[in-house]
Amino acid sequence: MADVTEPFPPGTYDVVVVGSGPGGLQMSYWLRRLGVSHAVLSRDDAPGGMFQRFPIFQRLITWTKPDAPVERTTREYEWYDHNSLLAEEPELKALVPSLMDRAYDLPSRAEMETAIVAFAEQAKLEVRYGCTWESTTHDEEGITLVTDAGEYRSRAVVFALGVTEPWRAPVPGLEHAAHYVDTSSPERYAGRSVFIVGKRNSGFEVAQGILPWARSMILGSPRPVQTDALALSALRIRYLHPYDEYARGGPGTYVLDVTISRIDRNPDGFHVVTQGTTWDGRLEFDVDDVIAATGFQTPLGDLPKLGLVTVNDGRVPALTPFWESVTLPGIYFAGNASQGAKGLGKRGAGASSTSVNGFRYNARVLAEHLAEKLNGHRRPRKSVGDVVPFLLHELTSAPELWIQKGYLCRVVTREDGDFVDDEVVPLAHFLDSSGPDAVAASVEVDDAGQIIPTIYVRRGGDIAEHRLEPHPLHEYGGEPYRRELASLLAAPGS
Amino acid sequence: MDIAESLGRLALFADLSPSQIEAIAHSHEEDVFAEGERVLRRGLSGGDFFVILDGEAAVRVGDEELARLSRGDFFGEIAALTSDPPSADVVATSVLRCLVIPAAQLERLLLERPQVMLRLLKMEARRVQGAVEWRT
Repeated sequence: MADVTEPFPPGTYDVVVVGSGPGGLQMSYWLRRLGVSHAVLSRDDAPGGMFQRFPIFQRLITWTKPDAPVERTTREYEWYDHNSLLAEEPELKALVPSLMDRAYDLPSRAEMETAIVAFAEQAKLEVRYGCTWESTTHDEEGITLVTDAGEYRSRAVVFALGVTEPWRAPVPGLEHAAHYVDTSSPERYAGRSVFIVGKRNSGFEVAQGILPWARSMILGSPRPVQTDALALSALRIRYLHPYDEYARGGPGTYVLDVTISRIDRNPDGFHVVTQGTTWDGRLEFDVDDVIAATGFQTPLGDLPKLGLVTVNDGRVPALTPFWESVTLPGIYFAGNASQGAKGLGKRGAGASSTSVNGFRYNARVLAEHLAEKLNGHRRPRKSVGDVVPFLLHELTSAPELWIQKGYLCRVVTREDGDFVDDEVVPLAHFLDSSGPDAVAASVEVDDAGQIIPTIYVRRGGDIAEHRLEPHPLHEYGGEPYRRELASLLAAPGS
Repeated sequence: MDIAESLGRLALFADLSPSQIEAIAHSHEEDVFAEGERVLRRGLSGGDFFVILDGEAAVRVGDEELARLSRGDFFGEIAALTSDPPSADVVATSVLRCLVIPAAQLERLLLERPQVMLRLLKMEARRVQGAVEWRT
């Protein structure tokens, strides 16, 4: 029987949030600030989500710089701290850097977990722990989650379950291999030959982790390593070492573009049959171990049976710009699974919804969207004053725009000869919804990796795009920018 | 059905070997759009090349519908190859699943796989022919 002191008894709420990792906690924080009645349920017994276990090799790939050109309590500091959850109270801001030992500018798993626990405690975020979601019904009135504690009824559910369930590519025989999640003791690969299936994050992480132990190592998957994309990503800091060995011709480490036709288990280990993708031919290997580093999926429970549509081989939900399932109204996703909304996909590097630095903003935007949709709540809208310096300052230093490049934008709307602040929204939403005359600012990246401040002007229902000049210091406040933006905003003919 | 299997059934990739198709499937992402969602935006930069794996879409300029697209059809190739903004909107008219090839990578794919380029060219030629016949 449930303890009577446990929060969130079964019943009816406006919103139910499932998950107590960074995505769920960030969601609950903003919903509470906006006064949205909600329950938070988690099958875990403590906050932290995936950081209770991952990354296996104990070091994150997202940076936090404890010292930066701006104070830790400022909004601008968020750009330097990609791991702390967001808050409006100064004492809840930037919890990660205060816990780092500075061995690296990337926090350790333990530091990250401690920071998330501290956020939950200091923000007094309530969670019903040890409560497992078992099944779902969905109808026009709303959603019912059946849990081992009872039934929760709501108009919207936000699943913040991470992308943490091991996923194996459909390769015959791969089911016999260990998964990345089982590789936490690298010493057991001492003196052994290892075939790693996968060349993305977890493939290179495990390769880097066992490089000091294994006798030889082959990484194989169909897609070439995209070194040009990796050069712009946080991953390059740690994971390219095995690739570097291969590129320099070091015998014993190979990074191959192959499809894996099959994996046979035999008394000596494994026989792996591969076929080239970027080259013609076939290679076969006899190795001691095979590791499936083919990634993870969101634990979606019975949602696919209710009609939830997914992307990436069923691994993440397909989402609208406001992170709602494209097929199940009222079912939303926060946290890592918010990557299922891909945005405009415009040029170069895009949004960072796969990590805390990006999805913490998605949670705030989603909370505001739900508050408005369910309760008719809107933040009081204020004049931005002089609109030109306001937008140029946003373009130069708004962390939402810099981290969620091309995904989130800052909107100001023309009202009675003035401009009022309409906050941060998904750019696709601004571009695809009609409305009064307004302006959106977003930070985008061109094919060459150059950062382009971009302005969209909506006038009489039509939207025009204006790409401002890049600046070597990314400072867009100077006179040429002021002149250009002022002329874009001037009424036609004036 | 995984992406490689879906691609293998489309005319555009009919001349490729299974492992070549698998390389394309693994090198690019799929995206799914809700009914009514805009996929390509007229006049705005940054359109990618889309191949429809499942579902339907309409090509529109303003209120005028120019064409209906369905499985195996593709769109966005002109904007992707010329770097000009798309000249029409493409809007999902059902749940729409597409393979998305970023504009910057389309040219490389076509040069690496001339069989795909030839197929694309023939399909493009048929579209032009259709448009000319319609006008005359």
